[in-house]
Parts: sequence; C-alpha cells; structure tokens
Amino acid sequence: MSTTAITSGLLYLVLAPLIGGLIAGMDRILSARMQMRVGPPIWQPFYDVGKLFSKEQLVVNHMQTTLISGLLFFMVITGLLFFTGYDLLLVIFTFTLASIFLILAAYRAGSPYSFIGAERELLQIMAYEPMVLLVPIGIYLVTKTFSISEILKFETPLIFYLPGVFIGFLHVLTIKFRKSPFDLSSTHHAHQELVKGLTTEFSGPSLALIEIAHWYENVLLLGMIYLFFAPIPWVGVLLALGLYFLEIVIDNSFARMKWEFLLKSSWWVALIFGGGNIILLMLFKH
Amino acid sequence: MNLILFLILFPFVISLILKTNILPDGIQKALIVISSLVLALVSAMLCFNSTSAETIAQLSQLFFSHTQQITLFGFEVALAILIYFFAFKHEKIWVAVINTVQLILLIALEMKMNSGVAAEGISKLYSLPIFFLDQFSIIMALIIGIIGGLIAIYANGYMKDFHAHHKEMKDKRSGFFFIIFIFLSAMYGVVFSDNLLWLHFFWEITTLSSFFLIGYKGDTESINNAFKALLYNLIGGVGFVIGIFYFFTSSGSVSLDQLVTAGKAGLLIPVALLAFAGLSKSAQMPFSSWLLGAMVAPTPVSALLHSSTMVKAGVYLVVKLAPALMGTWVGISTATIGAITFLSASMIAISRQNAKSVLAYSTIANLGLIILCAGIGSSIAVWAAIMIIIFHAISKGLLFLSVGVAEHRIDSREIEAMDGLVANLPKLSILLLVGMAGMFLAPFAMLISKWAVIKALIDSTALLLFPIVFGSAATLFYWVKWMGKLLAQTSSSKSENKGEGNLAEKAISNYEWFALYPLGFLTILSTLLFPLTSILMVEPYLAKDYSLEVGSLNLWNENLTLMVILLALVFIFPIFAKIFSSRYSKVTRISAPYLAGANIGNGNRYQGSLQEMKYTIRNYYLESFFCEKGWSIFGITASIITLAITMFFLR
Repeated sequence: MSTTAITSGLLYLVLAPLIGGLIAGMDRILSARMQMRVGPPIWQPFYDVGKLFSKEQLVVNHMQTTLISGLLFFMVITGLLFFTGYDLLLVIFTFTLASIFLILAAYRAGSPYSFIGAERELLQIMAYEPMVLLVPIGIYLVTKTFSISEILKFETPLIFYLPGVFIGFLHVLTIKFRKSPFDLSSTHHAHQELVKGLTTEFSGPSLALIEIAHWYENVLLLGMIYLFFAPIPWVGVLLALGLYFLEIVIDNSFARMKWEFLLKSSWWVALIFGGGNIILLMLFKH
Repeated sequence: MNLILFLILFPFVISLILKTNILPDGIQKALIVISSLVLALVSAMLCFNSTSAETIAQLSQLFFSHTQQITLFGFEVALAILIYFFAFKHEKIWVAVINTVQLILLIALEMKMNSGVAAEGISKLYSLPIFFLDQFSIIMALIIGIIGGLIAIYANGYMKDFHAHHKEMKDKRSGFFFIIFIFLSAMYGVVFSDNLLWLHFFWEITTLSSFFLIGYKGDTESINNAFKALLYNLIGGVGFVIGIFYFFTSSGSVSLDQLVTAGKAGLLIPVALLAFAGLSKSAQMPFSSWLLGAMVAPTPVSALLHSSTMVKAGVYLVVKLAPALMGTWVGISTATIGAITFLSASMIAISRQNAKSVLAYSTIANLGLIILCAGIGSSIAVWAAIMIIIFHAISKGLLFLSVGVAEHRIDSREIEAMDGLVANLPKLSILLLVGMAGMFLAPFAMLISKWAVIKALIDSTALLLFPIVFGSAATLFYWVKWMGKLLAQTSSSKSENKGEGNLAEKAISNYEWFALYPLGFLTILSTLLFPLTSILMVEPYLAKDYSLEVGSLNLWNENLTLMVILLALVFIFPIFAKIFSSRYSKVTRISAPYLAGANIGNGNRYQGSLQEMKYTIRNYYLESFFCEKGWSIFGITASIITLAITMFFLR
C-alpha cells in the first residue's frame, strides 16, 4: 500500500463524518428553504448525534445492539477499502454486508414497523443492486481493471464512456440517499406510515450510530460519483455536490412511490441505460 | 492397497453388510459412523498421497480389458432389466421407452466395439487406463467423503426421528443405508473413471440410487417424483451413450481425457452430448423439475443429492469438459443455459415459502452458475466453478441438515413457521445463519467466486452478465428475508415457546450435532483456507489444461490480502460490538416493541380501540413479480430454444 493510499484512508476515517454531517446540515437547511422555513443551524446534525449519545437506550433485545454496530463497523471498512484504492467490486460486496447488518438489526427488533421497514429496505437493495453491480462492470470494460487506484490513473473521464451507466447510477442513488420518491423503508418526512420504519426500535446511542454510518455512507457514495470525473478533480467534487443538491430537490418535489414502481423502474433503468451503455461499449471497444 | 479402488469398493462392501440387516441396531449405527469416518479419512489421505510415485504407478497398471468390457455390458443390461421391472410395476411407459432406447444403443455400442477390436487386432481400446487421479477428482473425493460421510452419520439420528414422525411407514432403514453407501461408492467411481464406459456405469448407478432414495416414502407422490428423476436422468444417459458411441466410432477411444483433447481439436459432437448428460444430471433448465420433486425424500437424501453427490456428478462432468467447450458455440450455449437457469431459479426462490423449496431453487441457481463457468471454459471461469462446487457443497449440506432438524422440532417446513427460531433453537439458528451467509455474503469465499465469475464473463461473453447481475440481486433478497425471519420474534413465537429453547434443542440427537457442527465449522474454514485450496489444488489442476503457472491467475495481488483483512475484521467485529454495547449498557433498558397501542404482557399483544390485538408479520413473497409458473415457463422455453439451436448446428 502506498503512502497516498494510507493518507487518503486516514483522511476518510477522520473527515468523512465531518463532511457527511455538514452535508446533512446543508441538506436540512436547503430542504427547509425549499419548504419556506428557516431551518436549523448547519451544525445541528452534530448536536443531535451528541445528544443521542447522552440519552437512555431503549432496546427490545441486546442482539439488536450487536447487529447495529455491524452497520457502522463495516460501513467504515467499506469506505476505507474504497478510499485506499482497493477493488471496486469487492467494495460493493462489503457495502452490501454493511447494509445487511442494518436490516438484520431491524428484523431482530421485532416490532411490526421495523420488520416491514426491514423488508422494504431489502426490497430497495434488490432494486438497486443490479445497477450498482453494473457500475464496476462498465468501468472494467473501459479501464480493464476493478482496482480503484488503477481506475484513477485512467486519463479520460469515465463519464465520456459511461453516460448511461452514470444515469442509471444516479437513479439508484436516490434510493441509497434515502430520498423521496424511494424512501420506502425509513424517511425523515412526516408522511411515513411506518412510524420510523427500519429504525423504529433504535434510540439513543444506537440511533447515533446509524446516523454516523449514514454520513460515512454518503461520503462514500459521493466518492463513487467522483470516480466518473476523476481526471478533473474540481469538476468531480463540484458535480458530486451539485448532484447531491439535485437529490434534495427531487426529495422535496416528489411524493413517495409504491414498491412496484421502485422495483420496476430501477430494473428497467439498469437494463436500458446501464445495459445499453455496456452493450454499446462492447460493440465499439472490440 | 490402491486408495482409489478402496474408496470405490469399501462403501460397496459396507452397503452389502448393511443390507443383510443381521447386525444389532447399535452395532449397525456404529458401523455407519466408523465407515463414514474411514471414507473421510481415506479421501484426505488421497489428498496427501496424490503425487507419490507409488499411487501413480498403481493407477497406470489398471487397464481396460475385454473381460471388463463384457462384465460391464452384463451389469448395464442388469440395470436396464431392473429399470424395466419398476417401470412395468408402476406402469411408467416413458421410462420403459427411454430405457429401451438406451439398451439398444448399448447393444449397438458393444457390437461396434467388438467388430472394431476384431478389425484392429488388439485395439488401443485395451491400452487405456480405467482410472485417473488429478486435483479436481481429489477435491470431489474430499467432498464426497467428508460431506457425504457426515450426512450418512446424521441420517442415523434423523431416520430414527423420521420413523417416529411417520408411524404409518414401514421401517426400511437398512435398505436406506444400503443405497446411501452404494451411492457414495458410485460417486467415487464417477470422479475417478477415465474410461467412459465405466464412467457411464457409475453414472447410471447414481441415477438408480437417487431413484430409490427419492421414492423411499413409498407414497404416490414420492413414487411419481422418483420416476420423474429417473426419466430425466435416463434422457441424459441416452445422450451420454450416443456421445460414447460417436467418439468411439470417430477415434476408436473411450477415454475421457482423450475426448477433451479431441474436443479441443474440434471434435465437438461427443463433447456436446456429454455436456447434455451433465445438464440433465445437474438439474439445469429444462430438466430442473426432477430436483424439486426430490424434496419429498427424507432430508438426508435431499442433502446428499444437493450437496455432495448426484448434481455434483453432473457439474463435475461439464467442468471436466470445460477446456473443450472454451470459445466454441457449444460452450456458449451451455453457458447460456446455465445463466438462464441461474436467473429463473433465483427469481422463483423469492416467491417460495417452503424452506426446502427455497434451498432446492438456490441449488439449481448455483449449479447454473457452475455450468455457466464451465461453458465459458476460461481458466478463471473454471477456477470459479470449482470453488463454487466446494463452497456450495459445504453450505448447502449444512443448510439442508439444519432445516431437517428444525422440521422435526417445529413440525413444519414453512419459512413462516421459523419465526423467532433464534430464541427457541439458538444453536441451530446460528448454524442456519452461518450456512446462509456462506451462500451469498462477504467475506465468505462464495463471494470471491462470484467476483471471479463476473471477471470471467466481462473478459469473454459480457452479455451473460445481465442474468448474473439480476439473479444476484434476487439471491440477496431471498436469503436475507429468511435470515430476518429466524431473527424476528413476533406474537406467536414469543408467547408459546418462551423459555423452552434449551428443552427443544436437547431433543436433537448427537448424531445430528455430530454432522452439523463440523459442517458449520467447515463453512468458515473453507473460507479461511481458500487461498491454500486455490494454490495447492485448483491452480495446479488448471495449469495442466491451460498451460498456466501456479499463481499467474491474477487473483492474488490485492484481493488475497484484502480477503485476509476482511476476514480478520469479521473476527474483530464482535469485539467492537462488545465494546459498544458494554459502553452503553448502563443506559440500556429492555422494553417491549412499539406497537402503536398500549402493550400487554411481554409485548406480544396490545390494547386496540375495541379489544386486545395480536399481530403477525409475514415476509414478502412478491408473487406477482416472481411467480414460480411464469419464471419456470420462461426458463424452460428459453433453455429448450437454446438446446434446439445447438442441435440444429450440431447437424
């Protein structure tokens, strides 16, 4: 492992929660402005998490706490693997592992609300998984490698070869960021019929853990957007943030969809945009 | 003594002893346990002795001969007569018809060989070795010996319980173990035979053994399903014989090794026919329904069929043919059938509520993945195929045996009935969770195989990636929701079985634990040892066919270290979890789940506006999207079209 890899890994470990939290703060301000409210201060997510850590923790059973710590643990690992430049496909497999810990914890909690939340979260994973797997496949077709450090050495921005894959990825990002119209399992909007869905039975420090894991996750996802623009770093960073803004707009302008639409649309988008892009690449690269 | 002959003959002798049924019950059980352990041990010895000059020398002295040819022919005719007997007894016309076709072909082959030998004097036919030994057959031997052996031990405990649950049935246990050991013997024969006539003979014995085992219960459903399995496998067997016939006619040889060499040089028709036989045996679409029907059999039989024998014989043969399939249209259509099977079986598994049915579809899907790799045939694809064979055998063996135990404890095979199993049968649930995680979750080595499959596909036939990508998403869904069901406790499981956990688990026999623990342990160990397995076994095997150097497969640079790191982390994770939960243990309070009403009792009920309410939660089965019928029709149609196109070009 090179020193740059170690440095970026350490930077991720320390800075990701900070950046993730700030993005969450910005998210809340922007959403508030879109809804004609003033919104909280930008540091509010940090105050919230700090307060959660000092609160009592109500659980249905202890196994739930063990499982939920797996979410944060493996999310951080996933991010570390990504930012130290390991294999992109394995990063995605580890990412899935982290998400599954959250689902299992919610199942274990045993409340009907968290159970259905877990089922829906699982459905969401099934919806986005094909597209997420097509991303490394498309990148491999262009760069002939899964290794992120090698991918970063590629001189043309990947977006030129993979516009369809990128569009498909954006579609499933809405699910990953837990934004409307695809926030079936758990949402910050008040219209959720599942109480807090997936996280209903998590409170205090456990909930704080979920929150921090989500920050790490969001930074990782922005990193994946950055991959498409890597040779021009500033464009990459700005676009990643710009697209997050777009997600906020979408979040505030759509009602929640049913699972049928979620599954169908995600798979069709994966097939048409992702698949179409990959088939064209095969035709013209060989 | 020659280890290979020992492995084939020893279980056969044991089966005969068991058949006589003269031993008292206790000694019979001890015999089963000891001989299973001997099989596992000898298979392991083979692994360490394989390169010794002695073994190789012994092996090369066993040549095919005219006497063997006549004897084999006699055996085959005897098998055919046996099939006729059962076919007529149960009036199964189609079985009799296919059996007749196969018999005629065998007679024709026999005549052809005799005339061929007469023409050439001492033909090169008799200079061929019967057996061979390479790393792949050793891997298969280990799977048969260790997993098959553990299943036989487990069956000791299970079958006692089984007959206690099915009082109406006659206790035919000695006959049961007789078949099981013949099955194991034939499996060893399959993986060691180089001579296609011997291979076909052992192949037919596995077909017949599974026929008897599936029909063990003796009710109409079992018998019908047993005949279905027999019919489909006989169709494959006919393909097998035509393949031998064609190959002998064109080259005068009946050696598998030479067949692969000839296939590489362009003689595709016999390769295609043998691959066809492999497809039917490994329950690929359109033949897959026989394996689903096999569910009716007692659980050890399902475990045996799904993990270490039968279907593994099918994929073994196709993987063996992989070098000849690589880059040919036969290979591509084989791979396509594998991909279609993987996709449709994974989709259907989502809508299945019966635990054994989910396991069966998952087996079919994984076999599809193996067949896909074999059809692609490149070195990395075959690497993935062999790895999946290993990991699948262990995890699926564990899963079937655990479900079998759970079935007797909760009196149901439904996944919905496994609600909160983790509280009622904690140890068993952990084993089930380990088995499931072993099937699809990082960092279990199955994922590394999937990584290799994706890489192999991008480098060759990228179009086939789409079924894999969508099928994988479905795989994740059906496993995790089942895991969730085991973990989630709802009204029913809380109120009725509270505190009975240890009691229910005590009823599980020691024979059963004796098989379950090692399998759970092996699931983890196989992941830890997978770099070793690769370097010592799989890569040397590939080196022969692909002129590769060990270590040049380009899997090892970063991924090996990464996997080791990940594994280490999985062991560190509990420490992390422990620190987290103990850090906040003082502020943690156990409470009943939120039910949007006032909780009553231990939280399994709540006060509604009018009366006390209970709640039940069911998993999603999404039958509108993933219905069995629709996806089966798709899979069967698509695979038949693929087969038809292949046949058209074969002409």
